Amino acid sequence: MKSFRAIIARDLLLAVRQGGATFLALVFFLLTVTLFPLGIGPEPAVLARVAPGVLWVAALLAAMLSLDRLFQADFEDGSLEQLTLSGLPVGFIVLAKIITHWLTTGLPLLLAAPVLAVLLNMNDEGFAALLLTMLIGTPALSLIGAIGAALTLTVRRGGVLLSLLVLPLYIPVLIFGVSAIDAAVHGLNAKPHILLLAALTMAAIPLCPWAAAAAVKLSLE
Amino acid sequence: MSMHYFANPARFTRLAGRIQPWAGGLAALLLLVGLYLALVEVPADYQQGDTVRIMFVHVPSAWMAMFCYMFLAGASAVGLIWKHPLADLAAKASAPIGAGFTFLALVTGSIWGKPMWGTWWVWDARLTSVLILFFLYLGYMALWQAIEDSQKAGKAAAVLALVGAVNVPIIKFSVDWWNTLHQPASVLRMDGPAIHSSMLWPLLIMALAFKAYFVALLLTRMRMELNLRRIRALRLAERTS
Repeated sequence: MKSFRAIIARDLLLAVRQGGATFLALVFFLLTVTLFPLGIGPEPAVLARVAPGVLWVAALLAAMLSLDRLFQADFEDGSLEQLTLSGLPVGFIVLAKIITHWLTTGLPLLLAAPVLAVLLNMNDEGFAALLLTMLIGTPALSLIGAIGAALTLTVRRGGVLLSLLVLPLYIPVLIFGVSAIDAAVHGLNAKPHILLLAALTMAAIPLCPWAAAAAVKLSLE
Repeated sequence: MSMHYFANPARFTRLAGRIQPWAGGLAALLLLVGLYLALVEVPADYQQGDTVRIMFVHVPSAWMAMFCYMFLAGASAVGLIWKHPLADLAAKASAPIGAGFTFLALVTGSIWGKPMWGTWWVWDARLTSVLILFFLYLGYMALWQAIEDSQKAGKAAAVLALVGAVNVPIIKFSVDWWNTLHQPASVLRMDGPAIHSSMLWPLLIMALAFKAYFVALLLTRMRMELNLRRIRALRLAERTS
C-alpha cells in the first residue's frame, strides 16, 4: 500500500513539474468544442440539442490523446521495469498509474465541462447530470484506455493504432453518458443511465488493470 | 490424444492438407446448390420481391461475422491459457476472414436497404453494432501488423481479442439501449410472415456452405502462415551458418 501511494505521489509530482500535459488536454477539449459551433452554425437551439454529445465526444478524444502518457515515458527510460521489481503486483502499479491519469486528465476535463456547456447553451437541467456522468464515466475512460496504452507500448508511433483499439471500447461509456444528460435535459429520469454507467465503471475497475497488467508484462519480456 | 498432439506443425499440415480439399469441395457444392435454390427456385417474396434473394447471402454472412469473432476469441483464450502454438495462428488466420464476412454483411445489408427502406444506411442498433464489430476486427489485425515479434504480437492480440469479447455484449446492449431511446422501432422491424420452409432450406444450405468455406480458407491461411515461418527460419539459418 505504501509503494502504491508512492507511485501515485511520484507520478503526480512528475505531472506537476512537467506541467504541459494536463494543460494540453484541456486546450484540446476547449478547441474541439469550439469547432462545433463553427461547423454546424451558431443557432442556440441546435447547439443546446447537440451539447451533451459534443461535450462527451470531445472529452473522450481528449482523454484518449493523453493515454500515451500513461506508460510510455516510464517504459522508455526503464523505470517501468524497475517498478515491476518493487514487489508490488503489476496490476496495482497499473492501477496507480490509471488513478494518476484520471487525476491529471479526467478531473480537469470534468471541471472544465460545465463552462463549455454554458458556451454551448445547454439547458440548466443538464448540468447536474453532466457533472455526475463525467465524474462516473471519465474513470472508465482511463481504465479502458490503459489496456490500449499497454498493448501499444512497443509499437513505434502507436497513436493512431491506439485510437483504433480504444475508441470502439469507449462507445458504451459515450452512449450512457450522453443518454443520462439527454434524459435530464428533457425532464426524464436520468437514474437508469447513470446506474448503468456506474456499473460499467465498477466492472472496469477490477478487470481493466488486470488486462493492462498482462499487456505491460508482455512488453517488458 | 492430448490437445498438443497437433501442436507439431508437420502433423498439423498433413491433417490440414487432408481436410482442406473436402472442405473446399463441400463449400463449392453447397454454394452451387444453395445459390441455385436461392436465385432460381425460391419464389419472389410477395412484399420484398426479388430483393429478398439478397438475404441468402446477407444472413449467412452476418452469422459468420459473429461466429468468426467467437472463434477468434476462443482461439486467443486457448493460446493465452495453454500456450498452444497453433492457437495464435488460428486466431490470426480467422481475423481477415471474419472481417471479410462482416464487410459482406454490411454491404449486402446496405444494398438490400436501398430499395426496401429507401436509404443505404440507417443508424439502427443492429447495423451499428455490426459496424463496431468490423472496427474491432480492424483493430485486431492492425495490432498483429504493428508488433514485429510474432510471439509478442500473438499474445498482445489475444489480450485484445478477449477484451473485445467481453465488450461485444456490452456494446451490443448499449447500442440497443441507445437506439430505442432515440427512435422508436417502426421502419426497421422485419415483420414479414415467419420464414417459410421453401426459404429456410436454401438459407441453411448457404449457411453451411459459408461455414465449409471458412474451414477451407482457415486451413489455407494457417498452412500459409506456417510455411512463411518456415521460410523465415530457413533464411535465418542460412545467414547465420
